[in-house]
Amino acid sequence: MLQLVLFNLTNGLIVGAFYVLMALGLSLIINLSNVVNFAHGNFLAIGGYLAFTLTPYLGFWGALLVSPFLTAIFGYVIEKLLIRHVYARNHIYSLLLTFGLGFILQDACRFIWGPSPLPLGIPDILSLPITPDLFFVTWYRVFMVVVVIVAVGGLFAFLRYTRVGMRIRAGTLDLDTVSALGVNVAALRSYNFAVGSFLAGLAGVLAAGQIGLNPNMGDDLIMPSFIAIIVGGVGSLTGTLLGGLLIGVASALTTVVYPAGAEAVIYIIMALVLLIRPRGLLGEEGMLT
Amino acid sequence: MSTPLATAPSPAARPWRQLLVIWALLLTVPLWLPLLGGYTAMAGRVLVFALAAMSFNMLLGFTGVMSFGHAAYFGLGAYGAGLCLKFVAASTPLAMLAGTLLGGIAGTLFGLLLVRRRGVYFAMVTIAFGQVCFYIAYKWDDLTGGYDGLRGFTRAPIDLGFVTLDIANNGTLFYFFVLLVFGLAVGLQALILASPFGRTLLAIRENERRARFLGLPVERHIWLSFSISCFFTALAGSLYALLNNFADPLGLNYIMSGNIVMITVMGGMRTFWGPLVGAVLFVMLQDYVSSMTTNWMFFVGMTFVLVVLFFPRGLMGMLKKKAEA
Repeated sequence: MLQLVLFNLTNGLIVGAFYVLMALGLSLIINLSNVVNFAHGNFLAIGGYLAFTLTPYLGFWGALLVSPFLTAIFGYVIEKLLIRHVYARNHIYSLLLTFGLGFILQDACRFIWGPSPLPLGIPDILSLPITPDLFFVTWYRVFMVVVVIVAVGGLFAFLRYTRVGMRIRAGTLDLDTVSALGVNVAALRSYNFAVGSFLAGLAGVLAAGQIGLNPNMGDDLIMPSFIAIIVGGVGSLTGTLLGGLLIGVASALTTVVYPAGAEAVIYIIMALVLLIRPRGLLGEEGMLT
Repeated sequence: MSTPLATAPSPAARPWRQLLVIWALLLTVPLWLPLLGGYTAMAGRVLVFALAAMSFNMLLGFTGVMSFGHAAYFGLGAYGAGLCLKFVAASTPLAMLAGTLLGGIAGTLFGLLLVRRRGVYFAMVTIAFGQVCFYIAYKWDDLTGGYDGLRGFTRAPIDLGFVTLDIANNGTLFYFFVLLVFGLAVGLQALILASPFGRTLLAIRENERRARFLGLPVERHIWLSFSISCFFTALAGSLYALLNNFADPLGLNYIMSGNIVMITVMGGMRTFWGPLVGAVLFVMLQDYVSSMTTNWMFFVGMTFVLVVLFFPRGLMGMLKKKAEA
């Protein structure tokens, strides 16, 4: 029983960590550009597939480092080519645009890498369990959690201490003022989109090592990520972080007592939050609502 | 009128001609569609999607609020009708009532949680609610058939006492039945939009803050508009179940929501008949692409992107702009 609880708890942490990575990227883009990126799951898949292509040349470690950067560049290009045209328009257009983009990217992955699932080789040392008792906790799982912690820490440091990061935070609060102070808002939004794509790409490489690759691997993560943002509160990255971990762990713990309800509990948490605290756990009243 | 509002369905001469053309074409579908290589069931599909999209457009085009989860109410309408036919009684009108009530009431309740949200946040919450319904239909195997969808029901002939309409076997008759329901529903929508209530919706769309200062209960109106839109969408969903004798969990999925939005935008979201035109385009595209290629996702996605970037007004919107210029 203890092992079962531990197993599901670690599972929940890992799933929650993925929700966090995805949701933070989505949240960054929503906060600054007011665009809900439906294709975010497809950026995750692209990150994973790029790692698959790079692994023979760079090895797993090299791919893990390079692939998120390539995904970020890809996101930057997509933002410049497509997304920036809809900022000034009704939100419905950005939703439709990224929705269509998701379809295109998914079919593109299928076309380039084939429709069947592919494995991403991870170093042997990572596939060993940490102790014989806890045979279900491989070093890879520990590694994933560590990488996510480092990435999230890095993101918050980036937003707090770098010039671009500070501008992104300022733009989230009041884009007009930031623009009036002479900041190139168009460029800022592109960088911001690239940062979001970077996080998706990183999540893609990590996920590929655990569950392998398939063209719609991001689809299952996108909805919980939305909910993580709603639960945490739109406009607050800390809220998103909290929301992602909360629903990840809650659904894993539900698996222990009532497996069929694992997904339902996510939606129940959302409904409760909307009922009791409509702005989300850490959302500010009046922001983006 | 001194300053004709570009968006209002103005009671000028042209709309009458437009109405005449639309209804003449719809009423004669069984005559001309086979000549173009189509089939009558296709026209039924157009009407169902058009009704769903026009209902959705009451919200998007005429209240200025966007939902990206209308598939939920469409799908609930379909499941409600299917379950009623399968387990309660073999009665088509009862099934439609059940479907409409199921989807409409669900929408009304969700709407209560929604109305204070705006913009992207509103859209995100509607998406999430849509997925709740999808998830329930998908998981509740015993009742809904899970992934395979709900089967094992057929639409029943309608007994009017003096004559029995065999809509179960006669495809053309069923088309006219759908057309009748479509006509009644759309006529009701036009009445609602032309009523004082409908006008306040336009006011909210144009300037929510000003509407609020004028003393309009903005939240309550948006909630009402959302609920009405959901009831009509659910009606469309119940027709969809009758059309296919099948209710599909994918009909509840956010991809279906995207399709409804797409139909509306492609046809023209600020025009009353735009979604009907969009539905024609959409069904043609769907038929063509699925027969031509297995890479349908790419082509559908491409259409979305191109429409958003280059034809954001939709077909009817472009025609209207041209007529005004």
